[in-house]
Amino acid sequence: MGVNKHFGGLHAVNNVSFTVEECTIKSVIGPNGAGKTTLFNLIAGYHRLDSGVVEFNGKTIQGLHAYEITSRGISRTFQNIKLFSRMTVLENVMTGRHVRTSAGFIAAALNTRSARNEGLKIREKARELLELLQVSDLEDRDAGSLPFGKQRYVEIARALAAEPKLLLLDEPAAGLNIHETQSLAELILKIKSALGITVLMVEHDMSLVMDISDSIAVLNYGEKIADGTPKDIQQNLEVIKVYLGDDSDA
Amino acid sequence: MKNIWGYLKGFILKHSSAITGIIAVILLQQIISFGGKEFMLTQLTMSAYYSLVVVGLCMLMGYAGQISMGQAGFFAIGGYVSAVLTTQNLAVYKDTAVLKVLGTIGIIVKSNDIYGSTLYYLSPMLALILAVVITLGIAYIIGVPVLKLKGHYLAMATLGFGTIIYRIALGTKIFGEADGISSVPGFTLIPGLLQVTGQTGFKVQNYYIAWILVITGIIIAQNIINSRVGRALRSLHSGEDAAESVGINVSKYKLYIFIISAAFAAVAGVFLTHYNGGIGPSEAGVMKSVRYVSIVAVGGMANIWGTVIIGTLLNFLSLRGYFGSYDDIVFGAILIAIMLFTPDGILRKFSFRKKA
Repeated sequence: MGVNKHFGGLHAVNNVSFTVEECTIKSVIGPNGAGKTTLFNLIAGYHRLDSGVVEFNGKTIQGLHAYEITSRGISRTFQNIKLFSRMTVLENVMTGRHVRTSAGFIAAALNTRSARNEGLKIREKARELLELLQVSDLEDRDAGSLPFGKQRYVEIARALAAEPKLLLLDEPAAGLNIHETQSLAELILKIKSALGITVLMVEHDMSLVMDISDSIAVLNYGEKIADGTPKDIQQNLEVIKVYLGDDSDA
Repeated sequence: MKNIWGYLKGFILKHSSAITGIIAVILLQQIISFGGKEFMLTQLTMSAYYSLVVVGLCMLMGYAGQISMGQAGFFAIGGYVSAVLTTQNLAVYKDTAVLKVLGTIGIIVKSNDIYGSTLYYLSPMLALILAVVITLGIAYIIGVPVLKLKGHYLAMATLGFGTIIYRIALGTKIFGEADGISSVPGFTLIPGLLQVTGQTGFKVQNYYIAWILVITGIIIAQNIINSRVGRALRSLHSGEDAAESVGINVSKYKLYIFIISAAFAAVAGVFLTHYNGGIGPSEAGVMKSVRYVSIVAVGGMANIWGTVIIGTLLNFLSLRGYFGSYDDIVFGAILIAIMLFTPDGILRKFSFRKKA
């Protein structure tokens, strides 16, 4: 039994079930309105499941708040980038360290030694990530004032700052040009190989999906119609029909 | 030797704004005393306590992005609770065990009235603590349901809370109804040395007590803002989904900062009540809350020093009677003008962002 989500009469996610192997890149594709982002929101705790189970690391996580899911080791980015626009790039990434740090209100108010030391470590880690994503030169910029492509990198850095085991990328290539998409592909591969993070992404850019995915699930009208390696998916007749067929809405 | 200088330089740079603030406070007092206008210190002291409310509200509104139109309510709860506790004569209970125990541990003060009979009052220090604790409790109870709301709805709900407190103050006998509570005793911070009271002869020390409290409040607020907790609070302002995505418990942080800002208001309420020797229902009025909100807005929302400077200036002018009977209109008009023309406040462009 897979996961289900209704919005009124619309069965947005209909009995969808799949697994993501550790340290692989899995993509979810499908025409617009297929329920990909809804699926993401179900996993990350932004929508409540109507029925079904989400299991992560052997434990069920459905019904938890989004912030609890993040602390369990799942970080996400958003389709329409959501940076903290009133903060600098560095502060954005520092905020991403929240679940890996602990100083509370009293320690903060008194500016205790441990809070200060923790703050220094947060900054150090944030700078490391900015370096990894090659956006160090932007650290003092207002996050809201950056070009779109750079904002995406900052958002990924912020998500990585929580040291997730699983990274959810919601259309990471949307709005990027071909060169930016190319370097994004390299970055995602680096996240998998160098940081050992599992990646689950929703994406429309087929060349990106086919290039870097270890496996792909295809959704259509809220149902999973295929699941397999990029090669399998390219040859799957039903997928071809959905994307190219006569009554397709893609 | 070089090390000491290096350390000193670092210290001064790190605390430059607080040091500048302290120097400004001292200079202002010197100028006023030298000019023979010491009566002005009274209004500056009162302004300082109002500024403390504003510092708390600035954290809530300017940084965490949550509006409260009920700040005067919290101020009044602090003030009224402390006033009631320190003006009730407990002589009828003087033979009870509880009062004797309280007396031996020094939290009951005795004094004589003009007829020579002994009066027993609760110590203002205990009253301060109780007043703040009660305010925090009320802030918690109000905050849990109300903070589920956002924007205008949150403003309306907190406005409703403020109105309720005002009506309670106005309609309850123990709170003195329309007259409020008077002859609230001063309270001793250090016996024989520092006393919060409006009596003549205590003007200068009360000016400093008030301003030390404000600067302490500012330092605490800035420590919070520049910390892990502060980043979490500021993240709420840009969007709660994004804040949740980095693992921030949005409702917990909203509630905490709401309670902290209420604590600032309550402490200010207690001190000002003991300083003035009384409190009346106007302190709980809706226009007082509007005043605090408009000061935070003029100061630039997320700019603590800006709000304190503007707040002190406006409150001082208001208390000196420069706005005459147009007092409330002035603050209302300021709020409208700021929202229309410079939503980031007029001091915003002069504030420099602290490097992260």
